[in-house]
Amino acid sequence: MTADSTAQGPVLRLDGITKRFGALVANDAVSVSLWPGEVIALLGENGAGKTTLMNILFGHYTADGGSVEVFGQTLPQGNPRAALAAGVGMVHQHFTLADNLSVLENVVLGTQPLWGARLDMAGARAKLVGLAQEFGLAVNPDARLGSLSVGERQRVEILKALYRDARILILDEPTAVLTPQQADALFAALRKMVAQGLSIIFISHKLHEVMAIASRVVVLRHGKLVGEVAVKDTDPRALAEMMVGSAITPPELRAAKPGPALLELRGVMTPDRGTVRGLRGVDLALRAGTITGLAGVSGNGQAALADLIAGLERPSGGEMQVAGVAPANWSVAQALGAGIARIPEDRHKTGTIADFTLTENAILERYNKAPFARRGWLDWRAARDFAQSVIRAYDVRCPGPDTRIRLLSGGNMQKLILGRVMEVGPQIILANQAVRGLDIGAITFVQNQLLAARDRGAAVLLISEDLDEILTLSDQIHVMSEGRLSPAFARGTMNAADLGRWMAGEGFERGSHAA
Amino acid sequence: MRLEVIARPSVWRMIGFPATALVLTVVFGSALALLAGANPFQTLGLILRGAAGSQFALLETLNRATPLIFTGLAVAVAFRAKLWNIGAEAQLYAGALMAVLLGTGALGWPSGLLLPAMAGAAMLAGALVLLGPAILKTRLGVDEVVTTLLFNFIMLLFISMLLEGPLKDPMGMGWPQSSRLVPEARLPRIVDGLRLHWGFGLALIAAVLVWVIQSRTTLGYEMRAVGQNKQAAEFAGIPVGRVILKTALLSGGLAALAGFSEVAGLRGNLTLDLSPGFGYTGIIVAMLALLNPIGVVISAIFVAGVFVGADSMSRAAGVPTYIANIMLATALLTMVLAIALTRFRVRWD
Repeated sequence: MTADSTAQGPVLRLDGITKRFGALVANDAVSVSLWPGEVIALLGENGAGKTTLMNILFGHYTADGGSVEVFGQTLPQGNPRAALAAGVGMVHQHFTLADNLSVLENVVLGTQPLWGARLDMAGARAKLVGLAQEFGLAVNPDARLGSLSVGERQRVEILKALYRDARILILDEPTAVLTPQQADALFAALRKMVAQGLSIIFISHKLHEVMAIASRVVVLRHGKLVGEVAVKDTDPRALAEMMVGSAITPPELRAAKPGPALLELRGVMTPDRGTVRGLRGVDLALRAGTITGLAGVSGNGQAALADLIAGLERPSGGEMQVAGVAPANWSVAQALGAGIARIPEDRHKTGTIADFTLTENAILERYNKAPFARRGWLDWRAARDFAQSVIRAYDVRCPGPDTRIRLLSGGNMQKLILGRVMEVGPQIILANQAVRGLDIGAITFVQNQLLAARDRGAAVLLISEDLDEILTLSDQIHVMSEGRLSPAFARGTMNAADLGRWMAGEGFERGSHAA
Repeated sequence: MRLEVIARPSVWRMIGFPATALVLTVVFGSALALLAGANPFQTLGLILRGAAGSQFALLETLNRATPLIFTGLAVAVAFRAKLWNIGAEAQLYAGALMAVLLGTGALGWPSGLLLPAMAGAAMLAGALVLLGPAILKTRLGVDEVVTTLLFNFIMLLFISMLLEGPLKDPMGMGWPQSSRLVPEARLPRIVDGLRLHWGFGLALIAAVLVWVIQSRTTLGYEMRAVGQNKQAAEFAGIPVGRVILKTALLSGGLAALAGFSEVAGLRGNLTLDLSPGFGYTGIIVAMLALLNPIGVVISAIFVAGVFVGADSMSRAAGVPTYIANIMLATALLTMVLAIALTRFRVRWD
C-alpha cells in the first residue's frame, strides 16, 4: 500500500462490530472510522462496551459479527499479534510491564526472537532514545521499572507501543493515574504524535479531557453507538447527557453544619508496608456534619490513611483520637465498635467474598454479634431478613438474598456494601473510591447517601481520584502527597489546577514532619 | 484458549460431565484389564461383586471407608479454609499412638470411660501435630504443604523407632508391633457377629458434626470466609490467623480419629502398615466430594469400594491390584476436569 492510499482512506475501520456475552449484547453493530492524524475519544459509562470494542480491535476477543480493517486490510479475528503487526498499539489501564526489568528491557521484551544468540541492545537503545526525544517522553532506559512512578511507567508503556511502530495508538483511561499537570504533559506528547500522522483512540469518561484532546467524540451506551460529534460542535453537558441517555441533575447541596471533631489525627505516622506508602505526620480532623475530601495521585498514602481509620493499621507515631479518646490496641473490632462505616477501595477483593451469598456478605462485619449470632450459633433467618431489608432499602438489583454476590454488577455490589455499613447509623464514614467504576445512576445514589449521612451529623472522609467529585461534594479538601497531608482548604477556595500542584508535591513544607 | 464462567450451569452440564467422567474411568480401567490379559467385563464385574456383591463384601467396604471418612473430613475442613494439610497420615499415626499408649493396660478403666479418653487423647495429639505447621504458616509464612508433607515421614520414622524400642510387644516374636489393646479398649461391633465396628458410626457422626459446624456456626462461617477471601475476611475483622489455627486443630483431630478407629476397631495393635496411605487417599476423597462433609461419606465409600473390589478381583482374575490406584487416579482427574467444565466453558480463540 502506498502513502497516498493511507492519506485518503481511514486508517482504521470498525464495521458493524457485534459481540454478545450470553444474553448481554456488549457491542451492537458498532461502526467507527479513524482517520490519519486524528484523535477520537471513545466515551461511555462503565459497561457501555468501550473496552470490549477495543479488545475486539486488538484481537483479545472475537466478534460475533462485523469486521476490523486496518490500512485497508481486514484483520484476522482474535489474533493480537496480527493487530500488533498491522500497527495497532494498546496502552492498557493496568500496565503490562515487568517490575524487575529495566525500561529498555521492557520495551524490547517480545520484539526479538526468543532463541536468538544475542540481543541487539545497542540498536534498540538508539531507537528508544530517539522516540523518547521526538515525542517528549523522557525516561531513563536503564532505570529499573519497579523504581518508576506511575506517570513514568505510563510513558514506558506508550514508548513500548511506539517502538513496535504503532501507527494507531489506543489509550484506555490513561489519565486515571495522573495529576492534572501530568495529564497535560501526556496530552502534549499525544499532540506531537498526531502531528507526525499517528492516529489515536482515547478512551475516557472524563468530559473535560475529552474536550481538551479529541477532535471527534464517539459515544457508546449499552453497547450501541448513540452519538458521533465533532468536539467543536458540543459541550461537556451535552456529552454527559448523550452518555447517560437522560438529563443529569447534580446532587443537591445544603449548607454544612459543622460539629465537633469525631476523629482527629495529630502528627500521625504509619510504617510503609510493601507497596503501601505510610503516613508521614498527618494532621486531620473529621468533623460531624461535614464531608472531608482527600485528593491525591493514588499510592501517596491514601491507602495507609484508609487502613488506619478502618482499624487495619495502628499509628507508629503521633496521636489518634476517636470521639475524643485515644484508643488502645486499635483494631477492626474497635473501629466497628466506634461506629465507623468502612467502604473499602476494592469492592471485589476487600469489600465482598465473591462466592458468598448476598446474605453471607451482608453480615460480614457483624456475623458474630446479635442478632446474627448467639453463643457461636448463626441465626440465618435474622441474617436473611437483614439482607432482604438492605436489598429493598438500597435498591440492590439481584435475584434474591441467596444469590452469590459474584453475579452482581459492581454498582449493585457497592449498594450492598453501602447498606451493610449505613444500616447501623454510623458516626464516621470512610468512603474510599466509593463510586469508582459505577454508572451515573449508582454514582448519584451513593453520593446522595453520603450527603444524607452528612446532613444527619456524620463525619465523612471521601477519598477519590476524581477531582470533580471531590470539588463538588467536599466541605473541606486535603491533598496527599508522599504520605504527607496538606492543610484543609475550605469549599470554593481551590480549583482543579490548584489541587494538581499540591498533588505533585508543591506547597508541602519539606521535612516539617520528617521521621 | 480461554475459560468463560457460566453463570447458571444447565442440569445437562451438572449431570452430564461427572457421568462422562465415571464412564471414562470405567473405560480406562477396562482397557488396562485387557492389557493385563483379562476379560474387561469380567474384571469389572468382579470388582463390583467384591465391593458390594455380598453382605460380607459390603461391610468390608464400609470398614475400609471408615478411616477414609475421617481423613477425608480432615482434608475437607482444612482445604475449605485454604490450609493445605497434606499431613493427615502423620496425624492418623499420632492418633493411633495415643490409642495404644492408653489402651494397652495403662488405664484400668471400663470401656465407657476408656474409649472416650483414647479418642480424646488421639484428637489432641493429631491436633497438636498439625498445630506446629499451622503456627509456622501464620507466624512466619512457611508453606504448610512442605511442612505437613515432611511431617508424615518424621512421624512414621518416630513410630518405627517406638515399635523397635519402648513400645515393642514382648510377646511379638521380634516383629515391630505394639502390644495388643485390652478388651475394654476395643471398639465394639455395631451388630454382633458382623465385622463392621463402631468406628464407622463415629465417622458418620463426625461428618454430620462437621457439616453443622461449617453451615451453622460462626466458626464455620469464619473458616469459609478465610478460605474464600482472606483479604476481605481480614477487612471484616475476622482474626485470620486464629481461624487458621482453629481449623488446624479440628482437621488434625479428625485425621487422628482415623488412627484411633483403625487400632481400636480393627487391628487391636499398632504396626507400621496400619495405614496404606489413608492420609493421602483422604485428599482424593475430599476432592471428589468437593469438600462437602456429607459428600465425603459417599466418596469415601466409593473409593473404599474400588480398593476392596480390586483386591478381591485380583485374587480371582489375576489382574494386579494396582488397577485400583490407577482407576482412582483416573476418577479424580476426570472428575476434577468434569467439575471445572460444569462451571466454565472453553473458548478456542
